[in-house]
Amino acid sequence: MSRHVVVVGSGPAGLGAAAGALRAGARVTLLDAAEDPGGQYHRMPPAAFGAARPGRLHHGWRGFERLRDRVLGHPRCAWWPESAVWSVDRTEQGPPHVHVLRGEADGAGRERHVLRPDGLVLAPGAHDRVLPFPGWELPGVYTAGAAQALAKGERLVVGDPVLIAGSGPFLLPVAASLIEAGATVLEVLEANPAATVARGWAARPWELAAQAGKAGELAGYAGLLARHRVPYRTGRAVIEARGDGRVEEAVTARLHHDWSVVPGTERTVPVDALCVTHGFSPQLELPVAAGCRLRGGAFTDVDDDQRTSVPGVYAAGEITGIAGAPAARTEGLLAGWAAGGGDPGDRAAAALRRRRDRARAFAGRLAAAHPVGAAWPGWLRPDTIVCRCEETDYGTLLHAADGAAAGSARAVRLGTRAGLGPCQARVCGPTVAELLRGRAGGGDPHRRPVAQPIRLGELANPPVDTPDKKESAR
Amino acid sequence: MSARLVPAAGDRTGRRPDVPLRITVDGEPVDGVAGQTLAGVLLAAGRRTWRRGPSGAPRGVFCGIGACFDCLLTVNGVRDVRACRRRARDGDAVATQSRDAR
Repeated sequence: MSRHVVVVGSGPAGLGAAAGALRAGARVTLLDAAEDPGGQYHRMPPAAFGAARPGRLHHGWRGFERLRDRVLGHPRCAWWPESAVWSVDRTEQGPPHVHVLRGEADGAGRERHVLRPDGLVLAPGAHDRVLPFPGWELPGVYTAGAAQALAKGERLVVGDPVLIAGSGPFLLPVAASLIEAGATVLEVLEANPAATVARGWAARPWELAAQAGKAGELAGYAGLLARHRVPYRTGRAVIEARGDGRVEEAVTARLHHDWSVVPGTERTVPVDALCVTHGFSPQLELPVAAGCRLRGGAFTDVDDDQRTSVPGVYAAGEITGIAGAPAARTEGLLAGWAAGGGDPGDRAAAALRRRRDRARAFAGRLAAAHPVGAAWPGWLRPDTIVCRCEETDYGTLLHAADGAAAGSARAVRLGTRAGLGPCQARVCGPTVAELLRGRAGGGDPHRRPVAQPIRLGELANPPVDTPDKKESAR
Repeated sequence: MSARLVPAAGDRTGRRPDVPLRITVDGEPVDGVAGQTLAGVLLAAGRRTWRRGPSGAPRGVFCGIGACFDCLLTVNGVRDVRACRRRARDGDAVATQSRDAR
């Protein structure tokens, strides 16, 4: 019988992994929490919109449609939409068991399933990392990803006029989405100075040439901004949001290269919405629960074939490093091929490795062009909220770190409740870890044994017998 | 101006004409369009806030993709549903939530 490969996530990495595993001859179960494949990068409009030309909003849509149709239409592929992986169980031998809830998001009567794959590919992706600033909890302050998801996914403009700020190449497509949807974008603020951005982009021009597609995509966005006379300013950031019960104005300021504020450069801008991003946080709870070793505590460590440190478990896409859609898809193809039992010496696999390495080098250049400056905590005031869920402020966090409970990050969390609310530190985890560095050690901000909320009633119900189980019992 | 839906006529994606739906929020009717998430319905209807944090401070959508749990709602009696992840259905009875009223 052919190998059974379970792929978690159907963005560029997950779809690539499913295709790779199918090519290797495996049987594939492809899971995603959403109703449609594509992930955040190729987020599809809802079926009810009956959009005849969704590709108008996307780069590489044709290629995505071809891959999607080939994978979902394949006789050896089972597509499980609206399927949330809430836990993975380590086993003595082979990859962990995958616990799935099937049904509408956060519903009460979802079906439980347990999958016991021969190979597991994790491709859950990432979400925006937003550094805190005074007022960032006000309604009307969104992550850049939220603005993008709502514009692409349901044709909603989050506000008008909008200011877009933070750091990274992602600011550009977000601005393009909002302009396309008819919003007035006041300005796009990149926190890094022009010199840092230019140095990152200009280094090793031969790599840029090899990634002409991605570079061309970014150049296209820059052109759109220019045509709509939207200023792209470097070395300036939003350091505060103000308003009565909702954002009404943003305070921007010039930054030094380390992101410390240049005094006297503050400007107040009236806004209806503010969209912010400072990079991406990979969703590491599943690899951590599976026991996968991390690289630098920040990404899933993988070998040349996308193998993690746990036998039978592979990782692809943003959880192995923030490298964008083309790298994610290529990593997925490699991970799926290996998980499906494909020959690592295969010529196509060697070509994929080269293509992945070029895409990763391009991502490295982007990371160098858009680093997070170490002096950003200078924006914070003692009463600035750091943990949005529990409303733990900066002053309380520092006090706890320096107080009697000091020494352990866990003690600080328990004492201040930072990271213990509904989001389980998804948003503040990396920030709290950074703020406590050198003050309190230990703790893993990515440890979430329950990866997605499950209701007690659902937990009490036994898992539904899956085709997988029947086959192994035969 | 505030949050709004791109009009179906003239939408470059070639969307078909909107199919209306109606939900209630704390008993008040709110009109939306089939395909929207609950967050989409509420934002397009001019609401930004439907949850209160521990201090009572207002919250709405932040991450938009299910990571931050700021947009939680009670839907047809079931608590803690992420509004940005749940597709709206005609007739949904939605209630706002606050962290301190557990």
